Amino acid sequence: MAYFLIIVSAVLVNNIVLSQFLGICPFLGVSKKIDTALGMGAAVTFVLTLSTIITYLLQKYVLEAFGIQYLQTLVFILVIAALVQLVEIILKKVSPSLYQALGVFLPLITTNCCILGVAILVADGTYKLPEGLEPNLLTGVIFAIATAIGFALALVLFAGIREQLRFSNIPKGLEGTPIALIVAGLLAMAFMGFSGVV
Amino acid sequence: MKSLKVILNGLITENPTFVLLLGMCPTLGTTSSAINGMSMGLATTFVLICSNMVISLIKNLVPDKVRIPAYVVVIAAFVSVLQMCMEAYVPAIYETLGLFIPLIVVNCIVLGRAEAFAAKNNAWYSALDGVGIGLGFTFALTLLGAIRELLGTGKVFSMTVFSENYGALVFILAPGAFIALGYLIAIVNKIRKA
Amino acid sequence: MKGDKNMKLESNFKNMVLVLTIISLIAAGVLGAVYTVTEEPIAIAKAEKQQAAIQQVLNDFDRLEDETVNGLLVHKAYQGDAFVGAAVESETNGFGGKIKIMVGFDKEGNIIDYAILQQAETPGLGTKMVDWFKTDKNNQNIKGKNPEKNKLTVTKDGGEVDAITAATISSRAFLAAVNLAYNAYAANSGAPAVNVVSGVTQHIAADSIAPAVADTVQVATDSINALNE
Repeated sequence: MAYFLIIVSAVLVNNIVLSQFLGICPFLGVSKKIDTALGMGAAVTFVLTLSTIITYLLQKYVLEAFGIQYLQTLVFILVIAALVQLVEIILKKVSPSLYQALGVFLPLITTNCCILGVAILVADGTYKLPEGLEPNLLTGVIFAIATAIGFALALVLFAGIREQLRFSNIPKGLEGTPIALIVAGLLAMAFMGFSGVV
Repeated sequence: MKSLKVILNGLITENPTFVLLLGMCPTLGTTSSAINGMSMGLATTFVLICSNMVISLIKNLVPDKVRIPAYVVVIAAFVSVLQMCMEAYVPAIYETLGLFIPLIVVNCIVLGRAEAFAAKNNAWYSALDGVGIGLGFTFALTLLGAIRELLGTGKVFSMTVFSENYGALVFILAPGAFIALGYLIAIVNKIRKA
Repeated sequence: MKGDKNMKLESNFKNMVLVLTIISLIAAGVLGAVYTVTEEPIAIAKAEKQQAAIQQVLNDFDRLEDETVNGLLVHKAYQGDAFVGAAVESETNGFGGKIKIMVGFDKEGNIIDYAILQQAETPGLGTKMVDWFKTDKNNQNIKGKNPEKNKLTVTKDGGEVDAITAATISSRAFLAAVNLAYNAYAANSGAPAVNVVSGVTQHIAADSIAPAVADTVQVATDSINALNE
């Protein structure tokens, strides 16, 4: 049950994009159409889960074992970059159609700060957990998956609104990025309604 | 003369926040007050100057295909140096900015400038480009932080302008960050066109 | 790329591995050096912060004795041989993460002052705890109160402390930390303990969002109560 609370907390209450401000670049850049938003969400979920597991193990059995935590940022970003490359190669072989849709955005995942952010949070054990749970690999992975789902949810919702926006009359000065940011603000306000649930 | 032009380019023509729309995460995440925004901007400026300079110096020694990973290593190294120095000498600011310090590594501005400028110019101009872009970023973050702090709490740089009771708290919170930046960009667009 | 006017190194396997390895090694070396230089200042900065917090929350004292009670660090203060109070480090889960505070009690168990060591609450809301609970306004101030005699929970929960406006969860978590600190202090001086219910769990129980959630909360609450007894 407590594990379920992690998911509710990470997806709705402390949504990574709308209340933690991580992963804003793809949130604004890849949200013009629902299809691409879904693809990006899926890619991030996959990479985020994998990278969290790998970086957690690296942190516990290499960095902490040898007392070289100060290399954390360096090692983590290299692992993530390598992982993204790997995913790209595999995707190219296994699903060329998905690769075509996501090809442009996959390299962007490397510089998606929610990947590195979550990796650091989980490795340091500073992510938010419900009462009675300890930071470990299991809760870390659940947190990572839930965070990614939260990212995908925010992205898809936002893309849905933006698709509708094209048919609306927008004040001239607000066209483009400004209106997108204001819509994101309203979405964030809606998500604030969840605060206090967990 | 070119030196000045390089700096002004980063500050105004290619302002990373208002014009290029890069590095949105720290822009929204660390601007709950003017001083926080400024600290984040200056931290990023430090990384930008150092990484731009070093990358420009080593650009001919790096084979093209491993260019990006090599640049990332350089940037990550400077970010870690900054992280340790801040924890040692300005622990209060280090704690406020928290996760956003290591996340400078994935700030698209830094890697973007490495690719777009440092890989093509000499070390001197690359460093100047770092100064210009960094100050442009700092300016944007400080401005947004000041606006949010003023509207939210009635203060700027912790100096009271009007009573906190008249502040709209939402500007300190997440939604206010998005909305304030949205209107700020709209205003900047208007000024640029005029 | 050979013959290019940039004279870039060719992208063959040997060059790529070599260059990346060398850059990584240099980076690691530099970081190691910086780490050695900053290690001591970081430790000093942390110790100074703790010392400053102890100084702030206690009245005059000559020497400190550290002791761990209920898993919390208690700094007992003495003037000569007389016990004059204690500063207790306590932590709970707040709205945005861990809240760590230092609470100072005099020898009767009255709160002298408190300091926030670590918090990640919402800026503008929960972060106000830094001085909210020591401001003399309505029922905000907890200084001079005694957790045994005064019920230090928010008024919404039947206590006598005004919660931070729009940050009830942070307030509950903060007051829970204060009560935990008092219990650690009391366990040392023999005063009776007070019942602590963590802010976050109590909130759910009160609103009973779903019976299943409430069950989990019950288990958690029970275990916390068991710990207190």
